Amino acid sequence: MGHISLNQVSKSFGDVNVIPPLNLEINDGEFVVFVGPSGCGKSTLLRLIAGLEDVSDGKILIDGTDATITPPAKRGLSMVFQSYALYPHMSVRKNIAFPLKMAGVEKEEATRRVEAAAKVLNLTEYLNRRPGQLSGGQRQRVAIGRAIVREPKAFLFDEPLSNLDAALRVNMRIEITELHRDLTTTMIYVTHDQVEAMTMADKIVVLNEGRIEQVGSPLKLYREPANLFVAGFIGSPRMNFITGAAAEKQGAHTLGIRPEHLTVSNSAGEWTGKVGVAEHLGSDTFLRIHLDDGSTITARGDGDFEAEHGTTVWLSPDAEKFHRFDASGMRLN
Amino acid sequence: MATQHSRNAARLMMSPSVILLLGWMLIPLSMTIFFSFQFYNLLQPGQETFAGLTNYRFFLTDPSFFDAIRNTLVLVGGVLVITVVGGIALALLLSQPIWGQGIVRVLVIAPFFVMPTVSALVWKNMFLNPVNGLFAHLANGLGLQPIDFFGNYPLASIIGIVSWQWLSFSTLIIFTAIQSLDSEQLEAAEMDGASSLNRFIYIILPHLARAITVVILIQTIFLLSIFAEILVTTNGGPGTATTNLTYLVYIQSLLQFDVGGGSAGGVIAIILANIVAIFLMRMIGKNLDI
Repeated sequence: MGHISLNQVSKSFGDVNVIPPLNLEINDGEFVVFVGPSGCGKSTLLRLIAGLEDVSDGKILIDGTDATITPPAKRGLSMVFQSYALYPHMSVRKNIAFPLKMAGVEKEEATRRVEAAAKVLNLTEYLNRRPGQLSGGQRQRVAIGRAIVREPKAFLFDEPLSNLDAALRVNMRIEITELHRDLTTTMIYVTHDQVEAMTMADKIVVLNEGRIEQVGSPLKLYREPANLFVAGFIGSPRMNFITGAAAEKQGAHTLGIRPEHLTVSNSAGEWTGKVGVAEHLGSDTFLRIHLDDGSTITARGDGDFEAEHGTTVWLSPDAEKFHRFDASGMRLN
Repeated sequence: MATQHSRNAARLMMSPSVILLLGWMLIPLSMTIFFSFQFYNLLQPGQETFAGLTNYRFFLTDPSFFDAIRNTLVLVGGVLVITVVGGIALALLLSQPIWGQGIVRVLVIAPFFVMPTVSALVWKNMFLNPVNGLFAHLANGLGLQPIDFFGNYPLASIIGIVSWQWLSFSTLIIFTAIQSLDSEQLEAAEMDGASSLNRFIYIILPHLARAITVVILIQTIFLLSIFAEILVTTNGGPGTATTNLTYLVYIQSLLQFDVGGGSAGGVIAIILANIVAIFLMRMIGKNLDI
């Protein structure tokens, strides 16, 4: 069980209101990702759920019982920190066993659970090492091991992959997703990286300045962003926004079109412009194009598309993939 | 990294200070060892003769010698216990967010800057004095008999004064160590269900191990040679109750004018200090290379 429900929860530090009252339902077994730019309150929200910060107003329900003032240890949640927060003077075995020792679990039972967790996380060979002797990815796994031995109602991850290098990050992303498949425990994952959010989540919560901008599945957020903020945040490279005559022709204040929904051509198309920067990734070519009307637009071309600085190219948008927004930035249907 | 040339240059540049420091250490040491084998009394100048081991035999069979050894160990041990335990407690208190934090921290560090003779005199005359002292006034106010601290508990009084001075030092070192503890570790322990006592035992104390080791090592070096506090308060008395090894050497060489005997005592003190140092390094040295 791991149903968490936030009811009009808000948080202020002194006079500064970082999280205005918000409501959120996290269902049992869901992988929920909080995503947003830095300073948007996503970590604070996670710490409120963990109990490391006091809620200023509102209620937190865990499995239907009020946990608003329950101390962190009693909430039955476990957390993986950005810095891993391993205990440097303890061996990996003792690190993983620490929550069990604190809970007064019998030694034999604790050993059995630690070894089971180590097996799941491929840490068996490293059980007698100190955290200082491990690589970043291994430390990350120890932190996860320490979280899973408690068999919590939900896991909380606070930007766990941000200290890892790019290749390792992709691996750990897959490992955490697989862990979620195996354990089917609720997971709440905080990140500023929309790629992590898109690839891992069952449900994404997009936060901006403490407010929830939109909640939904990754593809729903990609296909039907509720407002300009979500449209600009989800998707890489980010969506192009067009204002003025072209947008008004479609009956919108702002028109959004993703780089991948523009067809690039060397000969003909609806719009024309000169290439500013061409990024050849092999699989794709990202072009930053200065249009003749003075605006700048990003487009994705085929990996074989030949273009360099100054090349004239033509663009044709896929009219069905336009996102239309009104003057206040909300989506128009 | 360094080339042969720069290494040679470095040796050349360093040699004057190394030679000076070596001479600074070796000349007094060899003179002390030389005097310890001589009959050398300041009252009979110019009559020095070779004494063999007589000075050593004389010093080691002196009944005050064993008192001095015991007093030295009690003094060092007592001060270490008080300053380490008190230092941890004070450092924990100081790391809490309180009003007027800056001033409180400066106040805590202040005793270390008072010179030993001055602080011992302030304690002797203003606090512990059985007639004029603050504690005597307090006792009188409560209708109790004032305590003659230096008369009845001389060694404990000296331990108290020295602890007061060194408490600032240990608090300062341990406080900086506490500040370097990653707060996420404490939060992780909190999530893991550790009570505040368990967080102290399993997270904070191990983190402080290295700082505590440094405090014990440095303090032991200085506490073995406590002198000024004894000289201005009890003069080693009553009897030999507060005579430590340093003070015994002083009595021998400067009050009894027996430079030979004093030097022998000095050499014995050096040997004992090294034995203590070896034990300390063995016991806690492993903390220094985690």
